[in-house]
Amino acid sequence: MRSFDYVRPATIREAVKAAAESGAAYLAAGTNLLDLMKGDVSRPKRLVDITHIPDLDRIEDLSDRGVRIGALVRNADLANDADFGRRFPAVAEALLSGASAQLRNAATVGGNILQRTRCAYFYDTASACNKRAPGSGCAARAGETRHHAILGWSESCIATHSSDFCVPLVALDAIVEIEGRIGPREVPLEAFHRLPADAPDRESVLEPGEMIIAVRLPAEAAHFAAHARYLKVRDRTSYAFAVVSAAAALRIEAGIIGEARIALGGVALKPWRAREAEHILLGARGDASLFRRAAEAALADAKPSGDNGFKVELARRVVARALALAAAGTPERMPALAGSPFAAASGVPAHG
Amino acid sequence: MDFSTTLTINGVTRIITLDDPRVTLLDLLRERLDLTGTKKGCDRGQCGACTVLVDGRRINSCLALAISLDGAEILTIEGVAQGDRLHPVQEAFIACDGLQCGFCTPGQIMSAIALLQEGLAGDDPERVRESMSGNLCRCGAYQGITEAVLKAQKAIDAANRKEVA
Repeated sequence: MRSFDYVRPATIREAVKAAAESGAAYLAAGTNLLDLMKGDVSRPKRLVDITHIPDLDRIEDLSDRGVRIGALVRNADLANDADFGRRFPAVAEALLSGASAQLRNAATVGGNILQRTRCAYFYDTASACNKRAPGSGCAARAGETRHHAILGWSESCIATHSSDFCVPLVALDAIVEIEGRIGPREVPLEAFHRLPADAPDRESVLEPGEMIIAVRLPAEAAHFAAHARYLKVRDRTSYAFAVVSAAAALRIEAGIIGEARIALGGVALKPWRAREAEHILLGARGDASLFRRAAEAALADAKPSGDNGFKVELARRVVARALALAAAGTPERMPALAGSPFAAASGVPAHG
Repeated sequence: MDFSTTLTINGVTRIITLDDPRVTLLDLLRERLDLTGTKKGCDRGQCGACTVLVDGRRINSCLALAISLDGAEILTIEGVAQGDRLHPVQEAFIACDGLQCGFCTPGQIMSAIALLQEGLAGDDPERVRESMSGNLCRCGAYQGITEAVLKAQKAIDAANRKEVA
């Protein structure tokens, strides 16, 4: 690991000031950043340690019945918060399907959103990578593409964003609260990450020195609590990134779908909202053929970025199955294997 | 520039001066405090051999900067037995043959101690396996490890019942 300056601000204002100079990076848990620094993929000149700033680790109920999750809330604390889990079960399930117990105890909300791609060529400093070294090319194009994009990719980058957490968040219209030198602002999570186009080194809408201070879920996000699931296909049962994942959330009244939310993970360089697929479900009774039609709409623009054509059909099946699971009802208790296609039948629904 | 950090490690509070902010908690324990029970496997957060408890929570000590943990309480494998009396999880690992070469064992035991404190797995082997998935065992002693966790859970439950009675 290269050497760096270490600063520990006591307030958000001090942090933003300390991060203003070029080469600075915010340090939260460091579960992704320190790994990247050990591999010489990230080379910050200064680490601004935000973990001692008070009040960023709170989960707050808002007066409009939404919820505000501080940037330093640890994944495990959010996933295991009983009230949060009851209101936003797909978010809890996604969190618990990710990483390991140790990493979930450390990793933060802000860090999860800002995690870098797990593309192996991005990690390998001997490989060409337009994200790590702009203009050097993309070794993944002729490489091993099992974990690469089928939506929204470009000739310059076919990497994916590997967050589980962000997938239900984007389905539920989460808002990212940002603080920077020009003051606070907020951005819908759906518009937060950039697709690669010809500048894959620009990963989000954050300006230099800006930091995430919280994520908000609007009150409406809780309307799906009775029918919300996260489904994640991975190469081993636990402790693996998604090959493809999907969040599905339905509001069902008298058997009719009144509202639907669908998002996919592992398919693009951002959590992928599938709005056209959502529209297909409205006003209908959910059944296998309807869910299949929605899944086909969700993947209508998909195309392989290499030897990963299987992911298109896999993603359709994951979407259809996530919808079927959501329609069957949120289970009363979190399944032993959160998000797993191998989970046993999920038991009694939690909400009538 | 020197950095000072205060850590309580296995019940002993120490003020530690670091000449470099790059020192991870794992390297601090092993290389500077001679607490070599915590193992360095991958050093990248993938294997779990370095698992310790920070403020009662299990984490990968290879992915935490010691300087950032200023004020924390750390529990390592050296701190779990009471004198010659092993921790119930240590006893269960021996009784269930939950190891072969033993390299991953300190991390497995720290992870299992935290798992039992979290209290989310109960007596469900599937939940135990899922909750222990951050600890790899290249000898493949997983069956014994799962049995050890379940046995330790029973032993602790029995001891608690005795205490209540």
